[in-house]
Amino acid sequence: MNEPNKEYLELVRREMPRSKHLKTMFRAFWVGGAICCLGQAISDLYTLWLSDSDPDRIQTLTTLTLIALSAILTGFGVYDKIGAYGGAGSIVPITGFANSVVSPAIEHKREGVILGLCTNIFSVAGPVIVFGISSSIVVGLIVLIFKGAFQG
Amino acid sequence: MNGWLDYLFVFLTGGTVCMLGQILMNTTKMTPARILVGFLLLGVVLETVGVFDEIKAFGKAGATVPIMGFGSGLAKGAIEGALENGLIGAITGGTEAVAAGIAGVIFIAFVVGLIATPKSK
Amino acid sequence: MRNGRTIRFRSPVLIEATAATGGVKECEGPLGKYFDYCLKDDLLGQKSHELAEIKMHIGTIKRLLNKTKLKISDIDFCFAGDLMDEIEGASLTMRDFDVGFFGLYNACSTFAEALILGATMLDAGHASRVICSTSSHFCTAERQYRFPLEYGSQRPPLAQWTVTGSGATMLNKRFGKVAVVSATVGRVVDYGVTDTNDMGAAMAPAARDTLLNHLANTDSRPEDYDLIATGDLGEAGSHLMRLLMREEGIELGERYVDCGALIFNRVAQDVGQGGSGAACSATVFNGYLHRKMTEGMYRRVLLIPTGALLSKTSALQGESIPGIAHAVCFERVE
Repeated sequence: MNEPNKEYLELVRREMPRSKHLKTMFRAFWVGGAICCLGQAISDLYTLWLSDSDPDRIQTLTTLTLIALSAILTGFGVYDKIGAYGGAGSIVPITGFANSVVSPAIEHKREGVILGLCTNIFSVAGPVIVFGISSSIVVGLIVLIFKGAFQG
Repeated sequence: MNGWLDYLFVFLTGGTVCMLGQILMNTTKMTPARILVGFLLLGVVLETVGVFDEIKAFGKAGATVPIMGFGSGLAKGAIEGALENGLIGAITGGTEAVAAGIAGVIFIAFVVGLIATPKSK
Repeated sequence: MRNGRTIRFRSPVLIEATAATGGVKECEGPLGKYFDYCLKDDLLGQKSHELAEIKMHIGTIKRLLNKTKLKISDIDFCFAGDLMDEIEGASLTMRDFDVGFFGLYNACSTFAEALILGATMLDAGHASRVICSTSSHFCTAERQYRFPLEYGSQRPPLAQWTVTGSGATMLNKRFGKVAVVSATVGRVVDYGVTDTNDMGAAMAPAARDTLLNHLANTDSRPEDYDLIATGDLGEAGSHLMRLLMREEGIELGERYVDCGALIFNRVAQDVGQGGSGAACSATVFNGYLHRKMTEGMYRRVLLIPTGALLSKTSALQGESIPGIAHAVCFERVE
């Protein structure tokens, strides 16, 4: 009786409503596209304002600006509504990453600044940092081994 | 300066990336954290094999604003670090390249976390 | 008298009074007008949502006592539970009441567990008056089982909305128009559903198991009840429940409802498949069903609160979701 019941799981798969693919994909498309256009606009503005147009510097400033915007929207309780509408459209951009760091910080402040806020700040986004830094080191090591392929 | 056609490409590239994320979310029941890690690693791989620059040339912010831009930054930094400073560079290069983003997000999360409270749902 | 897992109470166990508190969204729903008290906001002036849930639970029990003009010293035992870690909500609630306390956990079916144990205690003659209550709060459940409140995630189509509210029932042996006549204790049924967003599918087999068991042990048919109400299978889950019963050759028809589907305007209020949580069946029964029974709209009601007995740890470790459902049969006393 308490073994996985294949017939039942098949019934569930067949009968339960599924995600509305077209609707959610369309929303993710335009929300994600819009956030990227916002990023491009910010980047263009920085290029216009700052005479030293080193593209890496401009990109870093743009990223920081988007992170700040997302953090502020999260603080005012707006970003979760964008997320509920846009789905992956607001999760995949860097603003979604910022939201996933800021929202546990807000949530867990009530358990104290040290043990609540600081302990839980990467409770959602931690894997991104761990995988990001680890994979960059792996790439670095690969480059060391196959130097020739990456030079020039 | 970019014209409206460039913005169209930005929109299309960014939108397509996010739509792929949505397809993954809908069909595989992947949690958002897994989606983020997936696209991050995608960025790392694309940068390492040298394709990311071409996507970036076409889609600009459409390629760099999604989290795979973060991954490409990490890989680019690691590659440059390894070529310039050997083993130490291979280890620090990636983190150095995205240090501003990580430091910024930690600091602003700390500040906003101190000030804001969860809103009624 | 016991027959299998079904208890038939020998002496009448009567509902003396009920009290239900609903949150803001719950009160905007179709049953809003039946709740004794509606929250104006979900924090109730407290520092945290956990404290707000506790204050709401305390308030519900106090209103129950006020309604009957009784003091806590007139109550022998309280049976209470909620969804917070280590049922901290009910435990801290009971800090305010000088009374014997049983802290219970059967996830969202806790209200039925409390009713069964309370009625059994009365039936055995160890008590003359008990209170059975549960609470849940959207914001405390969300952070415990899912994501931080401000996290921008999309609710999957099968997700349900945890009811913010609290319900309490006072049982005794002398006063009341509605009696608890029998109950069937559920067993843990696990068909291997692992999707933590699909609680309805995880719990529906348990609800079927308990309902079939109850019907067999009491030698009754669905037509013998004016209403059969599951706890929080939601819209999709109660559809599954109908299909599962059809496999057994039983058509539930219009007499079957689900409390989670009753409490919200599902589409207009954007709550996925409907309400869930320990307060879902408790608020619907104590606010709505009990009143409709005293008014004479329903004579015989079978309430089957359902629970998904998972924890965040068990889900992350890949365990499937065990379901449970207890059935409690109420009859109007003529």
